[in-house]
Amino acid sequence: MDILVVGINHRTGPVELREKLAISQGEAKGFYSKLLDYQRVREALILSTCNRVEVYSWANKGGEDHIISTLEEVKGVPAQEIMPCLYIYRGEEAVKHVFMVASSLDSMVIGEPQIVGQVKDAFESALTSNATGVILNQLMKKALSVSKRVRTETGIGESAVSVSYAAVELAKKIFGDLANRRAMLVGAGEMAELAAQHLVHQGVSHLIVVNRTPSKAHELAQRLKGEAAGMDLLEAKLIEVDIVITSTGAPQTIISRETVQRAMKERKRRPIFFIDIAVPRDVDSEVQRVENVYLYDIDDLEQVVEENRKRREKEAAKAEAIVEQEVERFFQWLRGQEVVPVIVSLRNWCEEIRLRELEKAKARLRLNGKEAKALEALTAAIVNKILHPPLSYLKDASARGEGEKIAKLVRELFSLEEKDADTHRDQR
Amino acid sequence: MDIIIFRIAAVLYLASAVFYVYYLYHTRPSTAKKGYLLLLSGFVVHTTALTVRGVTAHHFPATNLFESLSLFCWMVAGGYLLLEWRYRIPILGSFVAPLNCLGVIAATFNPQAITPLPPALKSAWLYVHAAASFLGEGAFALAFVVSFVYLLQERHIRRKRLGGLFQKLPSLSQLDDLNYKLLTLGFPFLTLGIITGAIWAQYAWGSYWSWDPKETWSLITWLIYAAILHGRMTVGWRGRRAAILSVIGFGAVLFTFLGVNLLLPGLHSYSAM
Repeated sequence: MDILVVGINHRTGPVELREKLAISQGEAKGFYSKLLDYQRVREALILSTCNRVEVYSWANKGGEDHIISTLEEVKGVPAQEIMPCLYIYRGEEAVKHVFMVASSLDSMVIGEPQIVGQVKDAFESALTSNATGVILNQLMKKALSVSKRVRTETGIGESAVSVSYAAVELAKKIFGDLANRRAMLVGAGEMAELAAQHLVHQGVSHLIVVNRTPSKAHELAQRLKGEAAGMDLLEAKLIEVDIVITSTGAPQTIISRETVQRAMKERKRRPIFFIDIAVPRDVDSEVQRVENVYLYDIDDLEQVVEENRKRREKEAAKAEAIVEQEVERFFQWLRGQEVVPVIVSLRNWCEEIRLRELEKAKARLRLNGKEAKALEALTAAIVNKILHPPLSYLKDASARGEGEKIAKLVRELFSLEEKDADTHRDQR
Repeated sequence: MDIIIFRIAAVLYLASAVFYVYYLYHTRPSTAKKGYLLLLSGFVVHTTALTVRGVTAHHFPATNLFESLSLFCWMVAGGYLLLEWRYRIPILGSFVAPLNCLGVIAATFNPQAITPLPPALKSAWLYVHAAASFLGEGAFALAFVVSFVYLLQERHIRRKRLGGLFQKLPSLSQLDDLNYKLLTLGFPFLTLGIITGAIWAQYAWGSYWSWDPKETWSLITWLIYAAILHGRMTVGWRGRRAAILSVIGFGAVLFTFLGVNLLLPGLHSYSAM
């Protein structure tokens, strides 16, 4: 038995194929019931997001073929189409992959936070379908704790990696709490609107939408729940607002240094932050020479994003070291699991013999309470003393990585029945 | 006796500074927490040292340079402990703790023996004058650190270098508010210190104001801080300008405190203040 990962992600397969293979929460139950059998795949979990479809399992040899043919059957996609895009990991590689995914190290945007929630949901859904067992439960719990460790010990999710988020992050470093701050959007455009939306989301109390065309201003203001204003009010509004996002199609700058200087005097030099997303630029770059005025244009923001991305990659190396450490720890636990069933059945077997023989002896000898107790203690001590060396040998073997081999040997040596051992697996 | 206790405090301050500086690189709450607890224990031990010295010497422990520096650092440490407890910006400790530690080390380079107070100066005014002045200067020292951090963070934003330190430092608005709060706290104490000093001078030397260098420089310091606060309220000297002025103001504090003693002889020359 081994931990097995079969999957396709944004790097190995096109979105069309990922879409075809995606397994919704509703489909999962049916998929699990087709997939799970005692022989090949004992435990399984499906993680299906827009960037990946992966099946984690605790499986025997040949498990991957069974998984692929089940996928083929359930989703109606021929195996020849799936195979070239597939990756299959086993053992330590598989565990490492699961930890990397949960820690957002395998994501398209490294460090993006959604994946943790998706992994959690997938785990919960598998739990309710009774698809996981001792091994995968431990694997997923560990994966989530590794992800938390990575997040707290490295700066992987710290800095914004999109232009609009970078702008919001900067605004926060200038103004602190954005609640009760006012913002103004000049012009329109997808990125500018997105940034304005983020600002409102972060608590900006008032949004003014300025546009050359009054109807457009009204329409945008309605959508963003702001107040519409005409271009002629631009300068007057500069006195009231703290954050200005500009994104007009004007051929030359619309906000000059002199305008801003006048406004700053009126504002009693309260800081103002210009986010100029327009190309060509809307705000004269001289504006940033004015005291307490901050200006970032699209190139600046893109450079910030680029640097943040590099920083995340650097942090990812740190995170990978954490993952490797945790993979090692997980395997220590897993190796221990190999010998647990045989230890349990060996103990049970001896205990059965002891009790049986004890009853026989008690029936023959008419013992008083004290003598019966002494006999009980005597037999228990004999069993424990005899069992001690083989049990510690088994534990040592598992630590050396020979658990499976020795467990098999012990089972043969004492003719312990397979079904005995399986009682362990069913204790979910 | 008080010297030994003082040295224990110095060691605790040093340990605290080590943790706080490490916190700059390794921003984990537990690191800052250790720094805070060490600073707190250093402060408690330091309090004991000052009390023991005050009791043995029978006067307020601010009559020579060693005592003054020690008291000054005590104010800064105590003030910072309150600041972090109230505002929870442990990264400021990464700047305060090492400076505080430097001050304590500088104190030990001065003669540490208890000097008897000239009879002319034995007065209750000593307590009020010294306590008010030190409270004011402690607040200005913290305002200086906050302003320094402001300028550092502003530089990051202006240069568009948003590296690791940028992420860790607080927002400009928070730093500017804090600077303002500390200045408005320190200013009344400085004013009170100067007024009580004048009254005491009248008792001790027979004149309220004799333009000795210490007095002159105190007045200059007072004027700088008065200008900062006035400018802020009327024409909006905030942000960068307020931070720069706060740094300059503290330069004047330091000169009044140390420079005058070491460079310009006058009536105050036997004491630090």
